[in-house]
Amino acid sequence: MQRPEPRDEVEMLALMLLIRRFEERASQQYQAQKIGGFCHLYIGQEAVVVGAVAAGRDDDYVITAYRDHAHALARGTSADACMAELFGKETGCSRGLGGSMHFFDRSRHMYGGHAIVGAHVPLAAGMAFASKYRAEDRVTLCFFGDGAINQGSFHEALNLIALYKLPVVLICENNLFAMGTSVKRSTSLKQIVDRAEGYDIPGEIVDGMNFREVRDKLAEIVCSIRKDPHPAFVEIRTYRYRGHSMSDPASYRTKDELEKYRLDDPITRLRAQLTREGKLTNEKFDQIDKHAKETVLAAVKFAEKSPELPLERLYDYTFINRAKP
Amino acid sequence: MREITYRQALNEALAEELERDPNVFLMGEEVAEYNGAYKVSQGLLERFGPKRIIDTPISENGFAGLGVGAAMVGLRPIIEFMTFSFSLVAFDQVVNNAPNMFTMSGGQFNIPITFRGPNGPAHQLGATHSHATEPLYANAPGLKVCTPATPRDAKGLLKTAVRDDNPVLVLEAELLYSSKGMVEPPDEELLIPLGEAEVKREGSDVSIICYAQTVPLALAVAARLEDEDISAEILDLRSIKPLDEKAIFNSVAKTHRAVIVEQDRPFCGVGAEICYRIQKNIFDELDAPIVRVSQEDVPMPYNERLEKAVLPNADKLIAAVKKVCYA
Repeated sequence: MQRPEPRDEVEMLALMLLIRRFEERASQQYQAQKIGGFCHLYIGQEAVVVGAVAAGRDDDYVITAYRDHAHALARGTSADACMAELFGKETGCSRGLGGSMHFFDRSRHMYGGHAIVGAHVPLAAGMAFASKYRAEDRVTLCFFGDGAINQGSFHEALNLIALYKLPVVLICENNLFAMGTSVKRSTSLKQIVDRAEGYDIPGEIVDGMNFREVRDKLAEIVCSIRKDPHPAFVEIRTYRYRGHSMSDPASYRTKDELEKYRLDDPITRLRAQLTREGKLTNEKFDQIDKHAKETVLAAVKFAEKSPELPLERLYDYTFINRAKP
Repeated sequence: MREITYRQALNEALAEELERDPNVFLMGEEVAEYNGAYKVSQGLLERFGPKRIIDTPISENGFAGLGVGAAMVGLRPIIEFMTFSFSLVAFDQVVNNAPNMFTMSGGQFNIPITFRGPNGPAHQLGATHSHATEPLYANAPGLKVCTPATPRDAKGLLKTAVRDDNPVLVLEAELLYSSKGMVEPPDEELLIPLGEAEVKREGSDVSIICYAQTVPLALAVAARLEDEDISAEILDLRSIKPLDEKAIFNSVAKTHRAVIVEQDRPFCGVGAEICYRIQKNIFDELDAPIVRVSQEDVPMPYNERLEKAVLPNADKLIAAVKKVCYA
């Protein structure tokens, strides 16, 4: 199995910037009450999903929890479709029926967007089961937070995944807090990666603020799974700059802690690496950033002018084939 | 037509659908090497192999969710719960993931999955193992729920369920696995649509609306009522959702009296919904208030005499019929 050509790092930086600018704009639109419900932002964690997606193929299965805007964007879902979803519009990636926590994009193999903590890990097992059943070499990338690892569905799924040797990368985005509860207060283990050992799944710790480390480690794992289906677990250590959701001021952590992580910002770091290596100029960076900002601003305009799903069509989305109860 | 058991009928349905579509697989506890806790999957491992007949650990939430995930990417899983009482451990997958996915994804992901297994009170299994789950699941939009009472219905409904592109629950009657009935020969395709009730016995004085384990009860009671010159029509719902309103209204419009005998509990039970629909739509047809016969509203006792008292039975049903007939 050939490893795919490494994707252009400047493009990956642009993707991380797009995610950040998208989330900043979502935050602003939420405050302007254009977006309802719960809204969980990914700012600070961009290197995780972009690194992981850069390590896989476009037809690998991606599934995640409710902090999911970035996963759709990273998979190539347009900012328009993502913003329209937040606005509850028919042009959204889930027709405005899913909202912030339920982004789906079938054509880009983005399988959600799941808001019951841990409940999607069994789904990932099923997707990987299907790959193995059909003797395909797709890998399932299953993202979840540190809060999911104490949920029963997670444990049941890990056992099934290990037992049936399913091709899944279990990607724990450890941002240190499950809502307001720190890992230290929720988890009996010294380190999360040790959960994998209990199921005989190989596990590794990865620096989630370092795009290259995430990509390289994941590429190695994905490549080995393609050769011979098996599960792997990575604990990716990261940090969210914002609260758990828009309604959370994050008073359970200190400014010093936040500042420490901000200094290690994944976008700043990749930018510095590329600049040092002569692959990126300040002008080019500014141009990329300007483009990202314009893209999300255009997405807001698109979302605003998009129609809502007509009420009479709601039953079309309850059962397929219009079988009304 | 030949006579086979309810268990054999389900087994034939599984085998025929596994044969027909390579995307169909059967997964659950003890379904493969043990041949099924109730022997419904007898011989399937031998015939279809371990790739398609898959034993699981005791992890209902895990394997129910695995089924939903596999269905998202195009397989057609049949997930067996050893009993639907155990499906409560997987409630989140059955209620939150399977039926919501199609809506939440804006129509991108339908879930063609069948959840099946025995349901309803059996015999002296106590409170944890005696659940009639149909009102719980019928309450979730996006799920279809059927409750076959005869071998023929069991085969025809299960085959239809497997071919449906939505999540369908086939709630099998735990006490009827060994019951026998006439079924079309195996070379004749038997598909019974979801949402079609069946008049199991014609009558003119009262409609007894029943499903699953209360169907044989109602038929036995109808025979006894005949001796008392009461002609009871037995309407077997077969599916709880979609509900065959038309068949219910037709029968009640004919007899003008209705008794609903259900295997679940009274509060928010299946009968409550049917009562509501009858009075809302054909109030003028009724010559008497509708009476429901259900379980008592208590967790199921183990004690045999007490269990009998909690369940619907012939005496309760006869009393209900006489009440609506002012007899």
